[in-house]
Amino acid sequence: MKLLRELLFPVIAVLVAFVVGGIIVWIIGDNPFEVYGLLLGSALTWPDGIGYTLFYATPLIFTGLAVAVAFRCGLLNIGAEGQLYVAAFACAWVSIKLGGTVIKDFSGNPITYGGMSLPAVVLVPVAVLTAMAVGGAWGAIPGWLKARFGAHEVITTIMMNFIAVALVSYFTQYYYKAPGDPIMESVPIGAAAHIPRLGSFVPGLPERLPLNVAFLLAILACVLVYVFLWRTKWGYEIRATGANPSAAEYGGISVRKQIVLAMAVSGALAGMVGINEVLGYRYRYYHEFSANYGFTGIAVALLGRNHPVGVFLAALLFGMLIRGGIFVDAFSQHVTKDLVEVLQAIVILFVAAEALFRGPFSKYGLLKRSKV
Amino acid sequence: MSDLFNVGLLLSAMRLATPLLLAALGGLFSERAGVINIALEGLMLAGAFTAAAMTWWAGSPLVGLVSAVLAGAAIAGVHAVACIRYRADQVVSGTAINILMLGVPALLSGAFFLSSGSTPQVPEKNLMPYTPIVIAALLVPLTYYVLYYTPFGLRLRAVGENPEAADAAGVSVKRMRYAAVLISGALAGIGGAYLSIGQSSLFTRNMSAGRGFIALAALIFGKWRPVQTMLACLLFGFTEAVAIQLQGVHLFGGEEIPTQFVQIIPYVLTIVVLAGFIGTSRAPRALGIPYQKEK
Repeated sequence: MKLLRELLFPVIAVLVAFVVGGIIVWIIGDNPFEVYGLLLGSALTWPDGIGYTLFYATPLIFTGLAVAVAFRCGLLNIGAEGQLYVAAFACAWVSIKLGGTVIKDFSGNPITYGGMSLPAVVLVPVAVLTAMAVGGAWGAIPGWLKARFGAHEVITTIMMNFIAVALVSYFTQYYYKAPGDPIMESVPIGAAAHIPRLGSFVPGLPERLPLNVAFLLAILACVLVYVFLWRTKWGYEIRATGANPSAAEYGGISVRKQIVLAMAVSGALAGMVGINEVLGYRYRYYHEFSANYGFTGIAVALLGRNHPVGVFLAALLFGMLIRGGIFVDAFSQHVTKDLVEVLQAIVILFVAAEALFRGPFSKYGLLKRSKV
Repeated sequence: MSDLFNVGLLLSAMRLATPLLLAALGGLFSERAGVINIALEGLMLAGAFTAAAMTWWAGSPLVGLVSAVLAGAAIAGVHAVACIRYRADQVVSGTAINILMLGVPALLSGAFFLSSGSTPQVPEKNLMPYTPIVIAALLVPLTYYVLYYTPFGLRLRAVGENPEAADAAGVSVKRMRYAAVLISGALAGIGGAYLSIGQSSLFTRNMSAGRGFIALAALIFGKWRPVQTMLACLLFGFTEAVAIQLQGVHLFGGEEIPTQFVQIIPYVLTIVVLAGFIGTSRAPRALGIPYQKEK
């Protein structure tokens, strides 16, 4: 019953968002049922639809978890976008440096970027941990600024997003771009750093689909975040801080420490997007690759009730929308894939303005807010 | 080097500061009344798209400008209803507006102009390259006057600092906050209009490119005060102008000057000020806290 209540509200929010989106589609001049049929239908075909849906859901699971962990501590991490950029770049950087990247210039002479060639068993864990550590550090800075100076994390994380993009663009442009490459991207990472696509060992799933081991890592991350938040002392202290900072402080918890810890964990989770992007998909750092993953993570966390299971389900939904949006773009008359952003925004608005639904429903004893 | 810094640079700084100033003054109204407005980015996009589309359709930049004001206020109205009536988290609602305004203009231009997210080109005679600059310049003293010398301004500041006391004195907290958020949408809308029919001649997807956030930074850097905010906008406009000038400039050694380090100056300065390293920047006390009348 408790679970049902928890589920009811997000489901209503999504349904209402679809109705509002449907009205917009109708005004624009397409048939909403056809558009939604296309949107959901193309996302659920096997193997391509489901493969791509899970692939698009992967970064959203990471950013959704990132936002959720910070939320549980009473913090709003708008900086997942910046955290995932620095992490993805750092991940590519170690995989180039320690992966023995060598490319040929115009006249065929080799240019060495990576001096060392580590084997995959060492290189992959190093690259994964680098992504998490760098993302975590980038997240910990606004945490520290808040704990030490009281600087509001929303503003500092927004600022850090822009700083992250500028820094990463600087290093890419001046140090790690192949000479003459017109695209803002780094040289390729060493082959030893590639992580396998699921198609290489899951029967029936073709290897051309970009869905990779990072998706399994994302599921693992959901489990670990659950264990961390609800089964460890640190998680308890983070949740206590989020529920009532003064009471937590009175109970002997260092609120400042929890803020830094929560932001570091949050940043590390956001940084894991780099694993999917760099080690599992493009095999290089591609500048400004993130399709608003950090901001969509906010929607995912809110819709998922800041719970790992909810985050996973919400990420799947948004993954479907992204996949389906591409088909809507190609096959519908007027509607473009931008419908997906509109739907996301409406979902966030409705979830945020919970009171809108709570009023009429609470009359019947439904939708009571559960404890933290 | 010296020929880089000239009158042209200052003029360009003023042009670049204009949309920031318009949006930041909008943010000032909203935040001084206690409603966080990180939706400035989205509100600018709403204004930019509406201005370009309506100017193209009506053939008159005035129609475009007025529509941009209305569109900005309408979208801000959504933020206001969510935050004030339904007590939504103001940052979350603002984020939703920003995402919404990435999608809606693109969706509409796809449907009406059969393009991927941009409006048709507005003919040069219908552009408005100077009016918004004048409006922005006039708005600074006007905002100052309204905020500090009118009953409206006093009430606005009161609901942002101490809504309980304002309420007890008979001020409608909700009404003041609605007014403030709608004004912020209108001003950010003008800022957006300047981007599309002032600096450019059409709307392109996400054309504000983070200017709403820089405006927010300027507002904080300017300590939520009109004159300081204007100075902050001019400073940030100046850094942007310098970054543009430096693009592709080579030093004596033949090395390119990385513009990235100039671009991040506004963001770094804002963090420094927020952390209290240079003076302190104190937000209105009730900023971000929904107000609920005691029963």
